[in-house]
Amino acid sequence: MDTHIWKNIGPLSEIPVRGARRLCFGHEGKPIAVFRTGADTFFALIDECPHKAGPLSEGIIAGNTVTCPLHNWVIELDSGNVAAPDEGNARSLPVRVEGGELFVGLPVRELA
Amino acid sequence: MNMIANPLEHLVVIGNGMAGMRTVEELLKRDGAAKYRITVFGAEPHVNYNRIMLSSVLAGDKTIDDIVINTHEWYAENGINLITGDAVTDINRSIRTVTSASGLTVQYDKLLIATGSKPLAPPIPGLGMPGVCAFRDIADVDKMLDAARTQKRAVVIGGGLLGLEAAWGLKQRGMSVALVHLMPTLMERQLDAPAAQLLQRDLDRRGIAFFTEGQTEEITGTTHAEGVQLADGRFIPADLVVLAIGIRPNIDLAKACGLEVNRGIVVTDDMRTSDPDIFSVGECVEHRGSVFGLVAPIWDQAKVCAARMAGDINALFAAQALSTMLKITGVDVFSAGALTAADEADDEITLRDDNRGMYKKIVIRDGKLVGSVLYGDVSDGQWYLQLMRDKTDVSELRDRLVFGRAFAEAGSAVSTGPDFAAMADDTQICGCNGISKGTICCAIKDKDLTTLSEVRAHTKASASCGQCTGLVEGLLAFTTGVTTEKKIPAICDCTTAGHDEVRAAILAQSLKTMDAIRETFGWKKPDGCHKCRPALNYYLLCAWPGEYVDDSRSRFVNERVHANIQKDGTYSVIPRMWGGMTTPAELHAIASVAEKFQIPSVKVTGGQRIDLLGVKKEDLPAVWADLNAAGMVSGHAYAKGLRTVKTCVGSEWCRFGTQDSTGLGIKLEKMCWGSWTPHKVKFAVSGCPRNCAEATIKDMGIVCVEAGYDILVGGNGGIDVRVTDPLTRVATEDEVMEYAGAFMQVYREEAHYLERTAPWIDRVGIDYVKKRLVDDAEGRAALNARFLYSQSFAQSDPWAERANGTDAHEFARMPELV
Repeated sequence: MDTHIWKNIGPLSEIPVRGARRLCFGHEGKPIAVFRTGADTFFALIDECPHKAGPLSEGIIAGNTVTCPLHNWVIELDSGNVAAPDEGNARSLPVRVEGGELFVGLPVRELA
Repeated sequence: MNMIANPLEHLVVIGNGMAGMRTVEELLKRDGAAKYRITVFGAEPHVNYNRIMLSSVLAGDKTIDDIVINTHEWYAENGINLITGDAVTDINRSIRTVTSASGLTVQYDKLLIATGSKPLAPPIPGLGMPGVCAFRDIADVDKMLDAARTQKRAVVIGGGLLGLEAAWGLKQRGMSVALVHLMPTLMERQLDAPAAQLLQRDLDRRGIAFFTEGQTEEITGTTHAEGVQLADGRFIPADLVVLAIGIRPNIDLAKACGLEVNRGIVVTDDMRTSDPDIFSVGECVEHRGSVFGLVAPIWDQAKVCAARMAGDINALFAAQALSTMLKITGVDVFSAGALTAADEADDEITLRDDNRGMYKKIVIRDGKLVGSVLYGDVSDGQWYLQLMRDKTDVSELRDRLVFGRAFAEAGSAVSTGPDFAAMADDTQICGCNGISKGTICCAIKDKDLTTLSEVRAHTKASASCGQCTGLVEGLLAFTTGVTTEKKIPAICDCTTAGHDEVRAAILAQSLKTMDAIRETFGWKKPDGCHKCRPALNYYLLCAWPGEYVDDSRSRFVNERVHANIQKDGTYSVIPRMWGGMTTPAELHAIASVAEKFQIPSVKVTGGQRIDLLGVKKEDLPAVWADLNAAGMVSGHAYAKGLRTVKTCVGSEWCRFGTQDSTGLGIKLEKMCWGSWTPHKVKFAVSGCPRNCAEATIKDMGIVCVEAGYDILVGGNGGIDVRVTDPLTRVATEDEVMEYAGAFMQVYREEAHYLERTAPWIDRVGIDYVKKRLVDDAEGRAALNARFLYSQSFAQSDPWAERANGTDAHEFARMPELV
């Protein structure tokens, strides 16, 4: 059984290749960012760097990573883990594509 | 009377200065403590300090504590009885005693007179007045610093080493300084006329006013010095007058007790006076008709004197060829031996480049080097001095000698710094202390020294004037092998290719996309990373103007959204204020924008503009639209590109302004705005050498002078403050513009991404930049043309574009659909 509420956030074309968007709704009071890589894969993370809460959606995207614009921490888009030597995790959220539109999954119980 | 004889002889030293204390140090090295108990009298109330460095204290480069040579603890540890602030007033040779001003009388077995010198003071009326001082000891420096704090105008009398250093020090302390010199040219004993003229020109540019051929007739004033009256009628107002016309040996005590004196206290090769129990060293002595004012021969005297006192009967003093250096930051002067050919048989070879402020002269006699005067580039000075001392036959090198060691020895024009491996062990590294390469290398190896301060502590090399610090550091690296061969750093972890390699390939192989570059060099990650992507994007943009399309996804957020991200994710907005000028209308518009968008902070920046801090990203286009409507455009305060051109008000308003610095600054800003560069670029234009626009710490600084414009490059503030290097002087604004365009372009084309002009110039050398811009007029014009061409694509206001809809998606949040 699907434990997520899937939010449609619009057509894929709204997000540039190697780009990101901050969503107009948040999650547990935190902003959400969706990312599109050069290989056209999509990811979603809480839009706060584990370091000093920098907006990851403004970072440079290379491969499956994004670099925080404030202090250059590198975050893995799939897991939200921070690349060594720094440590930490920016929570990741599931995404799926249906009919050219992008959906982000928010955990059900936390929506309740 | 105590009849128990002390088994140690009593050595009394008169004078706690550099010469006397160096002799004591040398004596202790020779186990002198087993032979003597030592008493030292000093007239000054201080421990022993490095008098040579007083000019550095005056200029603010060092503190008094920095120049202390021996502390109280050192005297105590070595069992030396130090009596300071009590001058010896009498020597009684018949009963072998000395008596001090306070009435203290001590008996000596051996006496060392090291009373140094006194400032030369001709009978000028007004000399004794308050506000007049010499430049000789800490008390003088204190007086000068006091004056600099409360008063404005200083006149230094004397254009020799000491006078120039005093003038520069007072200038550094913010006084306006005039220098009076009796002779037509400065430092005439050390410099020939062309070198002296370059020196005067450079110091004149730095704001010291010169009165050469000026005979001081009187220091005027009633209760305090008010000015200097010259014999030819010229009058120079002054609050402080510093007399630095020279020194004379202090021979009063020696003369009074009947020792043989002439100009100085006469000593033989063993440093003994006419009384065999009395030695003398330093500036007070006369040896074979010569007196001494430089430190190197005095250190030799101290060695010989100490050896003799310790019982070595073979030590002899012989004066060697001497060199002189001037301690004024950024003014490099070297002089040794003959200044000019003595007759037709002598060869004089000169190399002179007025634009670059460089002058080299060597004098050759009978196939040997007998003199050298260097100005601007003094790196070969110590080598020339060594050739002179060794009386090396230089006939073979004659044609190349003046071009310096690297060229003369290798036949190659590439200078790579001194070749320590090829350097003979007896090559002198530290001229002040007479320390050779061999001595330093042995100390490093035997004592496992790893730092410069350790080498200084153990060998004294570079511990006096400090000019040879670079050489000593190089030798330390050479001996310990700590610095290995330099590897060219790769752009990032994605590749092994370096910046230069990639830039060359972009042009040579017509690589026009990032993918093409990454493929050519076998990048490890197909997408690159946050380090290489912005670099490659810039390199392509620079190489193919009008052709390569900027990749906003490879830009740091600031350059992508044309504002500076702040720590809370909001942005700051700085509109351009050309040359720091603004209008009431612009200020109204800024105020309205700040109120309308509830911008929390409004701040005046260091670059003469106004910063609106805390703007929300989605508000940016509307903020820009309002600013655009008032005629303002992006200040690029976020860009690796031209930021500000800081100016002073210049000749339009300022009573000191020599040119229209504001107007020129605006022209420069209008020419250079919008360009992308490897790192941020800041300009400044000052209307006179007072330099209110702080042009000497900018990437390019223009300092206006009566004769035109001095162009300075490679400065920056920041963590490692770097003062600009002078590039050249030009006569017209048009020339300034061409140099500016050419400088921007050579920096754009050749520096590494994220390398500011300061480290870039440190890496390639200012001589290289001069070669490209000053020596090569055609190349300069071509660079400027390429810059202007590239600007034709770069100069559109990114704010206006975005206020009109470009990248609209960037500033809007994703709409909520469900």
